[in-house]
Parts: sequence; C-alpha cells; structure tokens
Amino acid sequence: MKIIEVDQLVKKFGSFVANDHLTFDVEEGEVFGFLGANGAGKTTAIRILCGLSYPTSGRISVAGFDVYREREKIKQNIGYMSQKFSLYEDLTVSENIRLYAGIYGLRKQEIRERETELLERLGMSDIRKRRIGEIPLGWKQKLAFSVAVFHKPRIVFLDEPTGGVDPITRRQFWELIYEATKEGITVFVTTHYMDEAEYCDRVSIMVQGRIEALDTPRNLRRDHQAGDMNEVFLQLAREGS
Amino acid sequence: MRVLITLLRKEFLQIFRNRMMLPIIFVVPVIQMVVLVYAASLEMKNIEMVVVDDSHSDASWRLISHFEGSAYFQVKGSLLSFIKAEDMLLSDGADVILHFPADFEEQLINTGATDLQLAVNAINATEAGLINAYCNQVINDYNQQIRSEWFGMDATGRMAQMEISTAYWYNPLLDYKIYMLSGILVIVVTLIGMFLTALNLVREKELGTAEQMNVTPMKKFHFILAKLLPFLLIGLFELTLGLLIGRLLFDLPIRGSLFLLFGMATAFLVVALGIGLLLSTISNTQQQMMFVAFFFFITFILMSGVFTPAESMPEWARKINLVNPLAYFMKAIRMILLKGSSFHDVAREFYSLLVYGTLVLSLAIFNYRKTS
Repeated sequence: MKIIEVDQLVKKFGSFVANDHLTFDVEEGEVFGFLGANGAGKTTAIRILCGLSYPTSGRISVAGFDVYREREKIKQNIGYMSQKFSLYEDLTVSENIRLYAGIYGLRKQEIRERETELLERLGMSDIRKRRIGEIPLGWKQKLAFSVAVFHKPRIVFLDEPTGGVDPITRRQFWELIYEATKEGITVFVTTHYMDEAEYCDRVSIMVQGRIEALDTPRNLRRDHQAGDMNEVFLQLAREGS
Repeated sequence: MRVLITLLRKEFLQIFRNRMMLPIIFVVPVIQMVVLVYAASLEMKNIEMVVVDDSHSDASWRLISHFEGSAYFQVKGSLLSFIKAEDMLLSDGADVILHFPADFEEQLINTGATDLQLAVNAINATEAGLINAYCNQVINDYNQQIRSEWFGMDATGRMAQMEISTAYWYNPLLDYKIYMLSGILVIVVTLIGMFLTALNLVREKELGTAEQMNVTPMKKFHFILAKLLPFLLIGLFELTLGLLIGRLLFDLPIRGSLFLLFGMATAFLVVALGIGLLLSTISNTQQQMMFVAFFFFITFILMSGVFTPAESMPEWARKINLVNPLAYFMKAIRMILLKGSSFHDVAREFYSLLVYGTLVLSLAIFNYRKTS
C-alpha cells in the first residue's frame, strides 16, 4: 500500500524552483531515503509533506490525506524531526516527552508507562530530570527521534537527523530507526551522508530540485556501475550541473 | 482542554526557569513606581528667581521678601542690570526674572497702581504657565496686604469682591503623585504584559520550536491561549504589587471595588497581550517585533492621558484614542481608584475593552500560521 503519493509536486519561491515536478510514492513500512546535496530541495519537499508549507502545484497525499485540505489530519498521523531537533532546551528530558505526548492527546497513565520504558531502552533513565540544553548532541538526536515516534505515528519524517555526530552515534541512531520500522512505522529520511543511503530500502536522489534517480541502493549501484552510493551520487550530480 | 493544560504547563515551566523573569517581574514595577512617581511630578519647587530692582524701595524689598519666604521660590539675589539677568535666563541659571521699574513705589503711592515685569523662561510651556501662576499668587497676596495696610481696610473691604472658594474633589490636596501613580500603574502592567508575551512567541519562531509545534495537530487557539494566560496572570500580579506599593508608600486611595478594578484590568490585559501576540504573528524576529511594539507602546502611552488629560486633546486625537486600549484603562483605573466609581460608571470602558480584546485575540489566532 502506498502511504505517500506525490504527483508533479512543484514549489517555487518567486522565480526560483525549489521542487521541480517531483513524482514518487512511498510504500507503507519502508525506509525511504531522500538524498541530495545541500540546497537540492529536500527540506522544502519534506516541509510540504508535513503540512508546514504550501506546494505551488501538484497532487500530494500523505497517509491517505490531501495536503491542501486535510493537513491537520496528516499531522495526527505523522511524526517529524527537523534538522534543529527542536526539543525545548529549557525543559527536561521528561518534560519534553510529556509535552509532546500530551499534545497528541495521550493519557497521563499511558505517557508515564511508556516514558519509563523508553528511557530505560535508551539508557537515559538517570538523566530524565536533566535539561535538554545540558545533554550531548547525540543523545538529543536519539531523544528527538523517540519523541517524534512516541505517539506511534504511521509515518515519521526525519530531516537530516544525524548531522554533526560521529559514525558510531549515527549507527546507533539507525538502530533506533529500524526498531521503529518493526512497529510498522514508515520512515522518510533526508540525508547527505551517502553511507546512510545503504541503510534505506529505496532511495531517491535529488539534484537541483529534480529527482534524478529512484530505486533500491543495489539497483542504483548496478545501473551506474558504481562501487558505492557515493559514486552514484557524484555521477548524477555531475550530469545535473 | 487536556492539550491546553499541557501547553500551559510548558509555558509556566519555561517562564519561571528564565533567569531574567523574576527580576523583571519584581524589580521593574518597583523602580517604575518609586522613581517615576517622584521624578515625573508636575509640582514646581525651587523656582529660581533673579531680581532686577531699579526702584530700591521699601515696597519692592517687601515683595522680594515674600518670594524669599515662599517654599516654591529660590531668590538668587538682585542684579543691577536686566541684561545680566537675561544672561542668567539664557544659561539656565534662572527660571524667571522679576523686574521692578525705577518708579515702582512712587507709582504705587501716587496712583495706587504700578507695573511689574516678569520674564519667564518658556521653553517648557507647562512649566512657564505654572511659574507664572505661582508668581501671580505671591504678588496677589502682597497686593492684598498693602491694600489693607495703606488704605486701612481688610481684603474684602471697599469693593464688593467675589470670593471664590475652591474645593478639590477626589484629590483634595492636589497631590500630583496620586494622579501619576495610577498612570504609572497602567504603564507597568502594559509594559510587562505586552512585551513579554510578544517576545515569547517570536522567540519560539527564532529557535525553531514553533515549527515543531506546528507539525503537531494542536489547535492554533490552544497555542495562542497558552501564550496569553500566563502573562495575563503576571500582569494581574504586577497590578497587585503596584497597588501595594502605592498604598504603602504613597497612601494611594482605593475608593472603588477591587473586584471591579481587577475585572477591568483583565479585560484590558486581553487587549494589550492580544496586540502583542498579533504583532508577534506578523514578525519573524525579536528585533522586528520590538521595533513595532515600541512604536505602538509609546504612542498609546502618550495619547492615553498619563501626563496630560485625554479629554483636552483635539478632536482628531480623541478619535485616535478610540483604538487606544490604554486610554480606556487609564480613565477607568483613575475613576475606580480615585473617585470610587461603580461598574455603571465605567461600563462603557469595560465593554469597549471586551469587544476590542475579542477582536484582537481572534485576529492573532487567525493570523498565526501553522503552514507558511
């Protein structure tokens, strides 16, 4: 079943075309990688899918809802983690969890149980009363992701979730992503780390506002006779410019 | 409702975790009330007078001693030339010149009338008017005195005179502080409420946390209401603190009902904070917001009649005051505190603020964009 359907999505800022007729689908339950260089238009597209920004034109539905008319229904069914992993720095770990869970209408009792379970799993039980501003970046990212899927959304959108941390932390972060997929959550992730592309079921590669390739990592490597995704990306980027 | 409580909890946690917040809440009103009320007084004291006495007479000397005896005047000595006295006026060494012509006493004795010249520094017209009035009062007293001495009659003597006895209602001692105090109270409540609320929302936009909120299914009015209510309470707390300071330090009268006063303040705060929120939905950065908010704040305050009575403003200015929430509140708070007015007397102000608040707040909610 297709959980995201995008047909001829165009987004213009004045005369600048940030998204140029994007067409793609995302299957329920898959990890969909949305790749591209900085400024290729990834964030623009993800913001439209999350209902944060209006498309200029195109037919787009997320979780079966239309992005023009049913944005609030979409929002009930998704989680979102932005580049800025926007937890409140002046609130504690626990307060952040309870805040977001509360906004999605979860019951107090349920929040408390799942918070305890989550913090244990993350090994963060000791720091539940620490403010977000005081904990390391890698922990913040894991926590931001966990908060984004706390209400068990059908899809989670991750916009460059692993910027600025070491490979080991990134690896651990991806383990969290896989755990989420086991619960049936579809993952839509943007990144410009090409090694992360290998972890995705399918990837699309954006160059200057257009999708230049969309397939499984294995097929992309084969089609471009490349050793890894980095080579695939460089080939496409060179053609595009 | 549960969502609103969740959001309110967050706002309160953040407000009281902000290190700047407690000083702002407690220090700002105390300083404003104490310093401004004393400093921004319209009472004239220490009017500096310089005398040019060309008559050197008994009559002139006696008038000068009248001025010397007054608490409001400080006679800085006599000069021989008017030119020199003018220099003092120019260099701000004196506020007023009192000039006796050479034939001052002669004229007074021979014709019963004489001339005196007062030259007042009128850079500040209000001040000049007051100086003039004070001088006239001293001169009048003196006038009465010599009439009774020289012509042997009491002040009400020969001619039938109309005696005006004035009673100042609501502020019998014409204590300017009491008038100022109520005005400053309004400024304190507005300043804290409007700016803190507006800054709070714009800050979330700057930090990017607003976006994280926008991607949730929360309702816009929940979000805006959660921003409004904490600062509304802080505003009311400021009013309480201000009233206490006024009561303890300045013996501010509270003649009307406190319940009515706080009801009025609540209606007013919804407008003031609503304007702050509306401005912050328009602005993207704290600088933008501060600039616009400051413009409105200053305009509203100066137009509201904190220093000058709003009723004596020109017609067009009073029209502008129709959209000035401070004008309504300023009028109402003075009526309630100083006159003991009842709800009936301030109903127009109350309902105006209520309608205004509903409009502004709805506009702020409408104008907040979850999708850009």
